[in-house]
Amino acid sequence: MLTIENLHAAVDGKKILRGVDLDVKSGEIHAIMGPNGSGKSTLSSVIAGNEVYEMTEGNIVLNGEEISELDAEERAHKGIFMSFQYPVEIPGVSVTNFIKTAINSSRKAQGLNDMPASEMLKKIRQKAELLEIDTKFLSRSLNEGFSGGEKKRNEIFQMAMLEPKLSILDETDSGLDIDALKIVANGVNKLRNKNNAVVIITHYQRLLNYISPDFVHVLHDGKIVKSGTKDLAHELEAKGYDWIKEDSN
Amino acid sequence: MGYTEEELKKELETKEYEYGFYTDIESETFPNGLNEKIVSAISKKKNEPDWMTKWRLDAYRSWLEMKEPEWANVKYKKPDFQAISYYSAPKKKDKYKTLDEVDPELLKTFDKLGISIDEQKKLSGVAMDIVVDSVSVATTFKDSLAKKGIIFCSISEAIKSHPELVKKYIGTVIPSRDNYYAALNSAVFSDGSFCYIPKGVRCPMELSTYFRINQAGTGQFERTLVIADEGSYVSYLEGCTAPSRDENQLHAAVVELIALDNSEIKYSTVQNWFPGDKDGKGGVYNFVTKRGICHKNSKISWTQVETGSAVTWKYPSCILKGDNSIGEFYSIAVTNNFQQADTGTKMIHIGKNTKSTIISKGISAGESQNSYRGLVQVNPRAKNARNFSQCDSLLMGNKCGAHTFPYIEARNNSAQIEHEATTSKIGEDQIFYCNQRGIDTEKAIALIVNGFSKEVLNKLPMEFAVEAQKLLEITLEGSVG
Repeated sequence: MLTIENLHAAVDGKKILRGVDLDVKSGEIHAIMGPNGSGKSTLSSVIAGNEVYEMTEGNIVLNGEEISELDAEERAHKGIFMSFQYPVEIPGVSVTNFIKTAINSSRKAQGLNDMPASEMLKKIRQKAELLEIDTKFLSRSLNEGFSGGEKKRNEIFQMAMLEPKLSILDETDSGLDIDALKIVANGVNKLRNKNNAVVIITHYQRLLNYISPDFVHVLHDGKIVKSGTKDLAHELEAKGYDWIKEDSN
Repeated sequence: MGYTEEELKKELETKEYEYGFYTDIESETFPNGLNEKIVSAISKKKNEPDWMTKWRLDAYRSWLEMKEPEWANVKYKKPDFQAISYYSAPKKKDKYKTLDEVDPELLKTFDKLGISIDEQKKLSGVAMDIVVDSVSVATTFKDSLAKKGIIFCSISEAIKSHPELVKKYIGTVIPSRDNYYAALNSAVFSDGSFCYIPKGVRCPMELSTYFRINQAGTGQFERTLVIADEGSYVSYLEGCTAPSRDENQLHAAVVELIALDNSEIKYSTVQNWFPGDKDGKGGVYNFVTKRGICHKNSKISWTQVETGSAVTWKYPSCILKGDNSIGEFYSIAVTNNFQQADTGTKMIHIGKNTKSTIISKGISAGESQNSYRGLVQVNPRAKNARNFSQCDSLLMGNKCGAHTFPYIEARNNSAQIEHEATTSKIGEDQIFYCNQRGIDTEKAIALIVNGFSKEVLNKLPMEFAVEAQKLLEITLEGSVG
C-alpha cells in the first residue's frame, strides 16, 4: 500500500530525515518508535504533505502512485489520514459540519455528489456508536475546550468517518490517561481491516499494549535503524533507546 | 505543490469584483453640481409638496455650514461634491405591473445579480421593492401587504400618498443637522423605501430592498423610514451590490427606524458595494447614518454583513428611550486589499431597565484596516441598564489591521456593562489540518471564517444567511498569509 524509499526531508534548511525506507502492506499495522528528535513527527507530516517540511529526496508511493508532488488535500482524497498530535481548534465549526465538509470534499474530488443528509446522519450515528461517542459531542465546536482525551477520540471518529486506506497516528497516546488510551486503541482495533493499514508513531510502547503491531521500526537520527516484531517494542521499553543509538553509531 | 504565501497573494490579486458590470439603460441625469436650484429641482421632479421642498432646502443650508467629519480611522480623498450628479432615474416613468413591461436590460442585470424578480415573486414571503439608481422600478406583494394595512413603498410615493406619516416621523430620529452626510442626504435624497406596520400587525413576510449604483458618477442618497406601530413586528432586509468603476462613488444613505411601544423591528443588511481593485483604486465611499428609536418595551435589532466599499463609515444605533426597551447590534465587517472600515454602533440608554447587546466580528485581510467604534451611553435616568459587548477580530496575513475603539459613558451607578474583546489569526496549522482532511485552502478559510462569524450569521433570516455566507467566501478568496 505505502512504499517509502530513501526519503530525505528538511525543515528550515535543517536536515531531519536522512533516507527512510518503509513498506506497509494492506491489513498491516506498523509502529514507528524512536527517541525525541529522531524525526518521527517529521515523517508523518511529510507523508501527509505538510509543506512546512521540504522533501529533498526519495519517493512516497501509495498504491503504485507517486504522491510526493501532490497537495495535502489530494493525498487525503487518495486515502491518507493523519491523526494529529495536537489537533487544532476551529471555533464555531461543529464536529459534524467539519466532518461533513471533509467527506464531501473527498467525494467531490472523486466526481461524486454530496453525500445525502440522511446517509450522512446514519453513518455518523453508526460510527459514534462504534466508538462509544455521545452524539452531543458532535455539535460542539471542533476541538474547542476539548480535553486531551476528547481531542484524540475526535481524531479517531474522523478516521472512522473518512474510512482512509492509510492512517498515520502521530503520538496519539500522548496526553492520554489509561482509560482514554484504551478507548482510542479500541477504536483503532475496530476500524482495522484487511483493506487498510495503520502506521503508529510513538515514543512509548504503552499504546502497543492495546494495539498489536505487525512490525516495529526504530527511527534514530532520521533513519530506520532497526526493524522487528512486537518484541522489539518490549525490548525498547525495558532497555530504553540508548543501546540502539550506540548500535547505530 | 499547494499554496505558498506568494501564490496566495497572486490569487488574491486576480480576484475580480463579481458583480462588476454595467447596465446600459437610458437614464435621465441632472447636470453635475449642487446648489439650492438643484435641491429644488429634485423636489420638483418628484412632485413633492412644499413642506418637503422646504425641509430639503433647510437641510442643504445646514449642510453648507458643516464640515466633513475627520475623526474616523479612515483615509481617503474627499469627494468633490460639485462633480456629482444628484439625480438619475431610469427613463420609463410608469410603474410596471408585469415583468414584460420592464426594460429587458434591467432584467438582465437582475439575472446577473441572481435576484430575478420572477424568482423572487415565486419565492414565498419575500416582497421586493427594487431600487435601481434612484427610482423604484417594481414593487411586488404590495396588495397582500395592503390587506393587513401594511404600507411598503418608495419614500417618494409615501411623501405623496402618506404625507401625514412621513411628515410626522422623517428626521425625528436623525435630524437633518445630525451630521455632514445626513444633512447632505436630507437635502438631495433621491429615493428609498418606506414601511409602516399598523398597530398589532405582525408583518407576514420579510421585506426586502435591493439597492444598486448604476450610473457613472451618480451618487446614491437613499432614504429609508420604517415605522412599527404599537405591538407590531417587521423584519426588513436590505442588500446591495454595485458595478465596477474607476472613479469613487459616494453613497450616503440615511435609515431611520421607529419602534413604538411593544413593537419589534429587525433590520438586516448585506452590503457589497464595489470595494476598489487590488491596488485600492476606485470603490464606493459608504457614509451611512442608521439609527432607531425604541419606545416602551420595544426592540430594535440591527444585523449587518459588510463586505464591500472602499471606505465604510457606519454606526447603526439605538436610542433606548422607552423603559424595558432592547437594542441589538450584530455585525460582520470584512475588509480586504486596501479597504477601510470604521463601523460599530451607539447604544443610548435613556429608559429604565433598558438592555443592549453588541456582537461585532471584524475580519481583516490584505492591507486593509478594520475598526470597531462603539459607544455605550447610560443616562442618569436609565436605572438598571445593561449592556454586553463582544468585539472579535480575525486577521489574515501580516499587513492588515484591526482596531477597537469602545467608548463607555455610565452616568447611573446601577448600570451593568460588560465588554469582551479577542483577536485571533488564521493559522497555517488550521489550514493544514483542514487540508489533511481533504478540504482545500479556499474552503478551509470559508469554514474558519463562517465559524468565526456564526453568532452573527445565525441572526440573519435563512435565505439571507446563505447569501451572506457566499459573500464572505467570495470576498476572502485566497486571502491567507
